[in-house]
Amino acid sequence: MSGLTRAEVAHVAKLARLRLSDEELDLFTVQLARILDHAADMQSLDLTGVVATAHPYDLINVVREDVVRPSLDRDAVLAAAPDAEDGCFAVPRIMGEES
Amino acid sequence: MALPEGWEMVVGLEVHTELRTATKMFCGCANVFGAEANTNVCPVCLGLPGSLPVLNERAVSMAMAIGMALHATIAPSTFHRKNYFYPDMPKDFQISQYDLPINSGGYLDLPDGSRVRIERAHLEEDTGKSTHLGVSGRIHGADRSLVDYNRSGVPLVEIVSGPDIRSAAQARLYASELRAVLIATGASDGRMEEGSMRIDANVSVRRSGEPFGTRCEIKNLNSLRSLHRAIEFEAQRQVKLIESGGVVRQETRHWDETVGATSTMRVKEEAEDYRYFREPDLVDLAPSAAWQQRVADALGPMPAERRAAVVALLGEVSDAQRDAIDVVIDLGLERFVHATHAAGGDVAVALARVANELAAAGDVSKLTEDAFVATVAMEAGGQLSATQAKTILADLLASGGEPRAVAAARGFEQLSADSLGGIVSALIDANPDEWSRFRDGDDKLAQFFIGLVMRETKGRANGKAVIAELHARR
Amino acid sequence: MNATTMAERVRRGEIAATALAEESLRAIRARNEELNVFLHVDEDGALATAARVDDAVARGEDPGRLAGVPIALKDNLCQVGIPTTCSSRILEGWRPPYSATVVERLLDAGAVPMGKTNLDEFAMGSSTETSAFGPTRNPLDPSRVPGGSSGGSAAAVAAAMTPLALGSDTGGSIRQPAALCGIVGVKPTYGLVSRYGLIAFASSLDQIGPFATDVADAALLLEVIAGHDPMDSTSLPEPAPSLVAHLGDGVAGRRIGLVRELLDGADEAIVASVRRAASVLEAAGATVVELSIPELHLGLSAYYLIAPAEASSNLARYDGVRYGLRINDEDVTAMNEATRTAGFGAEVKRRIMLGTYALSAGYYDAYYGQALKVRTQMRDAFRRAYRDVDMLLGATTPSVAFTFGSKTNDPMAMYLSDVFTIPTNLAGEAALSVPFGRGEADLPTGVQLLGPGRSEARLLAAAKVLEDAERG
Repeated sequence: MSGLTRAEVAHVAKLARLRLSDEELDLFTVQLARILDHAADMQSLDLTGVVATAHPYDLINVVREDVVRPSLDRDAVLAAAPDAEDGCFAVPRIMGEES
Repeated sequence: MALPEGWEMVVGLEVHTELRTATKMFCGCANVFGAEANTNVCPVCLGLPGSLPVLNERAVSMAMAIGMALHATIAPSTFHRKNYFYPDMPKDFQISQYDLPINSGGYLDLPDGSRVRIERAHLEEDTGKSTHLGVSGRIHGADRSLVDYNRSGVPLVEIVSGPDIRSAAQARLYASELRAVLIATGASDGRMEEGSMRIDANVSVRRSGEPFGTRCEIKNLNSLRSLHRAIEFEAQRQVKLIESGGVVRQETRHWDETVGATSTMRVKEEAEDYRYFREPDLVDLAPSAAWQQRVADALGPMPAERRAAVVALLGEVSDAQRDAIDVVIDLGLERFVHATHAAGGDVAVALARVANELAAAGDVSKLTEDAFVATVAMEAGGQLSATQAKTILADLLASGGEPRAVAAARGFEQLSADSLGGIVSALIDANPDEWSRFRDGDDKLAQFFIGLVMRETKGRANGKAVIAELHARR
Repeated sequence: MNATTMAERVRRGEIAATALAEESLRAIRARNEELNVFLHVDEDGALATAARVDDAVARGEDPGRLAGVPIALKDNLCQVGIPTTCSSRILEGWRPPYSATVVERLLDAGAVPMGKTNLDEFAMGSSTETSAFGPTRNPLDPSRVPGGSSGGSAAAVAAAMTPLALGSDTGGSIRQPAALCGIVGVKPTYGLVSRYGLIAFASSLDQIGPFATDVADAALLLEVIAGHDPMDSTSLPEPAPSLVAHLGDGVAGRRIGLVRELLDGADEAIVASVRRAASVLEAAGATVVELSIPELHLGLSAYYLIAPAEASSNLARYDGVRYGLRINDEDVTAMNEATRTAGFGAEVKRRIMLGTYALSAGYYDAYYGQALKVRTQMRDAFRRAYRDVDMLLGATTPSVAFTFGSKTNDPMAMYLSDVFTIPTNLAGEAALSVPFGRGEADLPTGVQLLGPGRSEARLLAAAKVLEDAERG
C-alpha cells in the first residue's frame, strides 16, 4: 500500500496550484492511492545499479548558432493576454518573491 | 565595523551573470538590454504551448570560458527543470543545471592574496521582469504587476563560491575580481546597474573554531556597495540575535538600500519543493575536446596577469594609477598603454589618457594605436598642451585620422620658440609689476603670464613652454 | 479514392483541390454534429489553401506530394491563427501565433488542413470522454467511443471526412483509436517527426503520427512529415526515411515474434485476429516465433508515473498570465489556483496531482526514479528481443471499441486499455496498428506490429501484407 494520506494530497494540490473540494480531496486520495498501489509491482523490484533512462536516445550536443531570428509582433502577443497594460502582461499583485 | 571579539562571519556568494550572446539561451530572440517591453519575445521564450528549446552554442562556449578562467573542470552535463510558479517565468519552470553542471570545482585568487573556491558555474535561463504598481513601489504594497518577457530566456551562468569568505570587504573584493574575470572572458559586460551581474549572499556567523551557523540568503544585491553593506549588516544582526539568546532562522532576506537593513522575505519551508527532473526537451551536453580547445585558444590572459603587465611598465604605482589600471583592464584597452611603451613613450601619460578619454568614449574602433602613441608623444614632448591632446583624442575617437593633421586642422601647431620668446618678452615689458613679483619668487604669477600668452596666441602656445621662457628670464 | 490517388490526380490536373476540399466540407457537415469530430472547421482557410494548390497546378508548378489532399489535425497541433484548445477550457479561444513544423511541412506538400479535431483533454485519456467539449462518437457505432486520445482524428478518417489525419501518441493515442475505428495508425520512432508545435503532454514519450485508410497513405503522410527539424532538439539528425518505395518489400525471410504479453487479457476475437495475422505473415514467407517479454507487464506502472510527472511540469504554464483562461482573484497565486481549478478537467487534475507527487521531495526515488529504471529495463528487453527477430506482433488493444461511460468511473480500468501500446513509447521505438479481422459486434480489431527505432519501412511493408490479405 502506498499509504497516501489526505494531507499529502492537499499538499500536492497546493504545489500544483489546484484547489480541491473536500469531496475531490477524498476521491483523489482513493484514486491516486490505487494508481500508486499498481506501481507497487515496480517498487518491489531490485533495480540497484540499473541506469535511469530519462530520454529514449543518446543524442548529445544539439545546439544552434547564435544568430538572431525575428521575434513576434508585440500587439499579436498581447492580444492573447487576459490582461495587458503598457506593452506588458498585467497580473494581480504578487505576494512573496521568488526571483 | 568588525564583528565583536570572538565572532567570525562565513560568507558564500552566488553570482548570476548574463552572457553577452547575440540571442537568448534557447531561441533566436535578440539578447539586448533596454528594449521596449515584450518586443524580443517568441513562442519559445514566452513558453507558448508547443514550443521547444534549442541550446545556443555560444552560450555553452561562454560558460566554458568562464569555467576555464576559474580553473574549473568542464564535464558532460545535463539540463533539469526547476519547477515553481512565478509570473516572471513563462513556463512556470526554469531550465537550469542540477546534479551535473558544466563547470565544477575551481578557484579565484583575489588581489589581497586570498583564494576563494568555486563550487560550480552552471548554465541556466533568466526570468522576465515585473514592475509592481501601487503605493509603496515594493512588492508587498503593490496592487498589480506588469510583466515584460524580454529578459526571459537570456542565458545566465551562476557561479557558486565555497563558504570561504570571512569579511564583507573580502566579499566585495571577490565580487569585483570575479567581475573583472567575467569581463575578460568576453562572456559578460559586468554591468551591475543593468542587472547583468547580480549577487546573492549566503551569510552565517559562528564563534571562532565552532561549526558553521545557520545561514541566511540575501537576494539580489545589485552593487558592490550594497553587497558590502548588506553582509556587514546581516552578520552584525545575527551576532546580536544569538548574543541576546535568539536563534537564526534559515530564511531568504531582502536588502533595503535606503533603510540600510535586511528583512525577512520568506522562510525556507517544505513548500519550497522544486521537483527537479531532467529536461526532456533537451539532450545531454558533452563538449568535445576540439570544442573546448577552440574556447581555450580564444581565451586571453586574465586580469591579474594583465594588471601586473601594466604595473611592470610603470614601476611605482599610485592608488589613482591602480584605479586607472582597473578601468583600463575592465575595458580591455591596455594595448594602447603597451603600444606607447613599445614606442618609448610616456606610459603614465598614456595610462591617464586611456583611463579617462578612451574609457569615456566607449567606442575606440576609429583610434589606431599609432595615432594614440603619436598624440601622447606630442603631449609629452610639449608640442601639445594637455587640453589640446584631449581635444585631439576626442576628434580621433569620433572620426579617426592622424594627430598631426588634426592638430593642424585645429590650428594647434606650436609657435616656434623664437616667436614665443618674442611674445613673452613683449608681455613682460607691458606688465612690469607682475613680472617683478614673479621674479621675487611668487610662482603663482606664472599662470597670469600663461593666460596672457594664451590670449595673445589664441591658445596655440604650450603652457610648459611658456613657463620655461619665463624661468629663462627670471 | 485514397490520398495517394487523390494527390496524383490533382497533380495531373484531373481533379481540382478545391473540389476535394468542398467534398470534405460536405462530409464534415453531414456528420459532425452527430459525431463531434471537429472542434473547429477552417472552411475559408481550407478553400484558400486548395485554391493555391490549383493555381500551382495551372502554372505547371509542382504542388507537392499531398497536393490537394484534405487532412484533419488533432487539436493539440498549432496552426497559426487557428483556434487550438487541446480540448481544454483553459486554452479556449487561444490562437497560436505560429505553426507546428508538421503543419508547415503539410502545407509545403500541398495538403489542405480542414480543421482541428477533438481529443481527450491534453491527450490524457483513451476515449475522448475527457474532452471539455464533449466526446467524439465512433463513426462505425455512435454508441461507442472512437478511442483516444486522438479519437477525433481517427473518427475523421473513419467517417471519410478526410482521407488523412494527424494524431499524437504518448502511450497509444494513435494506435488505439486507429484500432477502434478500423483504420491504419503509426506511432513513429521517437524523434522521427518534429514535436515543435505539438502541445506537450509527456515530452519524452510524445510523437506525432499519421492516420489513414490504408497503409500506402500512412507511409506517404509519414514520409512528408518526418525528417530532421532544427527547432526540436530531440529530432533525429537524418532526413525522412524512404517508406513508400519499400511498401512492396513483403516479409519473406523476416523473423517475427508473436509476444504472449501483447495478447494477455485480450478478447478472444482479438487473439484470434492476431493469430490469423501470424499465419498470413508466415504464408507470405516470414518465420513467426512465439516469445515472451515479461518486462512489458511493468510498462503501465512506469508509464503512469513518468507521463504524469512530465505533464505536471508541462502543464504548469497554464496559469492565467499570458494566454487562455484567467479567473481573477485577489493576488497572483490565488488567480493561478482559481484559473487552473476552473480550467482543467478531473482527469488532467488527477494526472497533474499524480505527477507532482511522484516528483516531490521524499518520493522521487521511490516513484519517478524507479520508473526511469524500469524504462531502461523495458528498452533493454526490447533490444534483446530484436537481436532475435525483425519485428514483434501482438494486439493493439485488449477490446474493440467500448461504450460510453463504461470505464469513466475507474481511472485504472481506462488506463488498462493502453496496456499493449505503452511499452513502445517507453522504449522510444516504432509501432503501428493495422485493421485486421472483426471482433465483438462485428467491430474491427487492430493488429499491432512493433519494431526497433527507425524500422518504419519494415513495419509498413508487413502491414501491407496483412492489408492485402484482408482486402483479397
